[in-house]
Amino acid sequence: MKDQFTLIVRCGEVALKGLNKPYFERMLADRIRKVTKAYEGISVVRSEGLIFVRGGAHHDVEKVMADISKVFGVASISPAMEVESDMEKIGEAAVEFMLDLIERKGVKTFKVEAKRADKSFPVKSPDIGRQIGAKVLIGCKVLKVDVHKPEAMLFIDVRKDRTYIFEQKLSGFGGLPLGTNGKGLVLLSGGIDSPVAAWMMAKRGMLIEALHFHSYPYTSERAQEKVEDLARIVAGYTGNFNLHVINLLPIQEAIVANCPEEETTLLVRRFMMKIAERVAKDRSCMMLITGENLGQVASQTAEALVVTDQAVTMPVMRPLIAMDKVEIMDRARDIGTYETSILPYEDCCTVFLPKHPKTKPKLEAILASESLLDGETLIEKALESREVVRIQPTL
Amino acid sequence: MMHVYLDNSATTRQHDSVTEAMVLAMKEDYGNPSSLHRMGLVAEKILKEARARVAGSLQVQPEQIIFTSGGTEADNMAILGTVGHNLKKGNRIITTAVEHPAVLEPCRILEGRGYEVVRLPVDNRGIISLKDLEEALTPETLLVTVMHVNNEVGSIQPVREIYQRIQAYNQNHGSRILFHTDGVQSYGKLPLTGADADMISLSAHKIHGPKGIGALYVKKGITLQPLVVGGGQELGRRSGTENMPAIAGFGVAAEHIRINRESILKHLESCRLFFREQLLKKAADAVVNSPDGEFCQPGILSVSFPGLRGEVLLHFLEQDGIYVSTGSACSSGKKGHSHVLSAMGLPEARLEGTLRFSFSEYTTMEELAFTADRCREITARMTQLKQSRRR
Repeated sequence: MKDQFTLIVRCGEVALKGLNKPYFERMLADRIRKVTKAYEGISVVRSEGLIFVRGGAHHDVEKVMADISKVFGVASISPAMEVESDMEKIGEAAVEFMLDLIERKGVKTFKVEAKRADKSFPVKSPDIGRQIGAKVLIGCKVLKVDVHKPEAMLFIDVRKDRTYIFEQKLSGFGGLPLGTNGKGLVLLSGGIDSPVAAWMMAKRGMLIEALHFHSYPYTSERAQEKVEDLARIVAGYTGNFNLHVINLLPIQEAIVANCPEEETTLLVRRFMMKIAERVAKDRSCMMLITGENLGQVASQTAEALVVTDQAVTMPVMRPLIAMDKVEIMDRARDIGTYETSILPYEDCCTVFLPKHPKTKPKLEAILASESLLDGETLIEKALESREVVRIQPTL
Repeated sequence: MMHVYLDNSATTRQHDSVTEAMVLAMKEDYGNPSSLHRMGLVAEKILKEARARVAGSLQVQPEQIIFTSGGTEADNMAILGTVGHNLKKGNRIITTAVEHPAVLEPCRILEGRGYEVVRLPVDNRGIISLKDLEEALTPETLLVTVMHVNNEVGSIQPVREIYQRIQAYNQNHGSRILFHTDGVQSYGKLPLTGADADMISLSAHKIHGPKGIGALYVKKGITLQPLVVGGGQELGRRSGTENMPAIAGFGVAAEHIRINRESILKHLESCRLFFREQLLKKAADAVVNSPDGEFCQPGILSVSFPGLRGEVLLHFLEQDGIYVSTGSACSSGKKGHSHVLSAMGLPEARLEGTLRFSFSEYTTMEELAFTADRCREITARMTQLKQSRRR
């Protein structure tokens, strides 16, 4: 354990996927290989439904674990000790393992939990537990057994050739390995919601690209910088992706000049969706993703969502639709986007905000207003102004 | 594209001669002035020369100059250092409502520690009244700190008169009230010498010197409690190895203004005159917030475009390569209105759409004419958009 380490990585739901199981496991192992590529000399091996990550003394184990815990599809990770499947050897190793824990964490009570995956092993699980527990008590005088509230759980996992001894489990996010569920285009605003929406879809295995609308010079370059910062945090989970950036100002100006004030926001939202659909098709994305949340603002009432949804034929994923704002905020804090999201820069949605936006819009009325504009030309012009920023995770 | 930098109150472009002196101090003469060997001696000479040049620019003695990390540290040192050294001698500090945060914040901290802070109001030009000041003076007053030139609008406070009133008060009452002025926005433009205050804060990067270096002038006989202690540099008043490249650059910039201050002032005056006239002619809605003539440092012109948003105007101008500021660079990005414009009693509509144009010796009339033209077109476009809204 001192000069070499082993991490047992457990797959979450992946294990439930029947005949597809090997495919998901392979995808997950590939993802883990990707995030550990930066560390030289780390091996990632699949075996008996688990993934084993092995490295040397020169690696920072904590950092490797933290990196792997961000890979979608990982249920939990445990640093483990590996020994030959032999009761004598397991006993010695267990004592060594516990002495180390006593030294590092001052553990005083423990409980053994043994499992025999290899049924040909001569000792049965409860007996393994009792015998190893006895050896540990002899080897570590300060320890006591506490079956109800142990300070440390000593897990013994006996497999065919090797036995794994471990204590803690670091939880991952679960979900499915990236790339197992197509690709979606997320509308990234710079607020709290949309990065969470992107993250949640990615967690279900969907690759993402992102699209950001700004209204420069009504919004500032710092606002776009903020969106790029948010995208970089999301990329910490998803790996590199493209951020498409489009100036919406000409469309907003056309709407302000020609259409009823109270419909402004909805008309703008519809244009955003239409442009997003074009970008998505161009980038082989099969769905749109938004951070919309039922009832949060005027443009997200049920009626408004119907009007927005009608603008496109592509399916629109709204993973936050039924969450409460506090839940979204908590999730944003967990992911690490919250602090950046709340920086105070104007975004394109707050520019030209009507005083009394329509909360129960009628589709016919909106379509009539839209017909006052040369929508196709406006959309094409907007698409021509598209810039692409390659997003890489912050180191 | 044109490149028009009109944000010289935020910072200035460094003179090439300043950069050259800094490069030399980095590549060749990189010794530590405290070292005993020859390289230390060379560095010490550079330090001495720079100090003499900064002192010369204020017509004071070199040992009265303490180098700091900038104007903010100099302000902090003057206020906290005075109070720290005179703990039991008084409890009142007098300042104004329109100071820079580098003064307001230490005052607020002292207020929290039980000191009484008097913030003098200003008139619609942004200037305090001497009568208010005299009424605020008490024998328990430790310090009066009043900025020379306001960073947002350019108003000039009558520092010499303030200093004289304080000295007279001290004589009549046997008190020892000190007077500090933040000279960051007047240094290198207006006459400013050791005869204007007991302590004066300076910053190099507002006079085409480097960022990260400034100084506090402290009159002989005044002791301050140091904020930074350690190796005893700057005669124990500000420890830490001297920021030599920046100090060398500051010296060059200080020498430049010592020689050229009057011609710089004349140039700034013609900039203001020309730009003000151009702007008022071309952008009909513009209202000037800065006071007139002798009451304003001519390098700063604050203008309101009522009903429009200053930040949006700023970004429109930026598209044309014109760089300006809303209010002051230090407060932009923060929410809320300018404490300076509010203290001057400006109506609500003028608080929102404010831009600060600030000139330097590099500013040309061509740039100013171009800027006024762009202001006309941008404000017209924004106003039209707003009006189409009201149909």
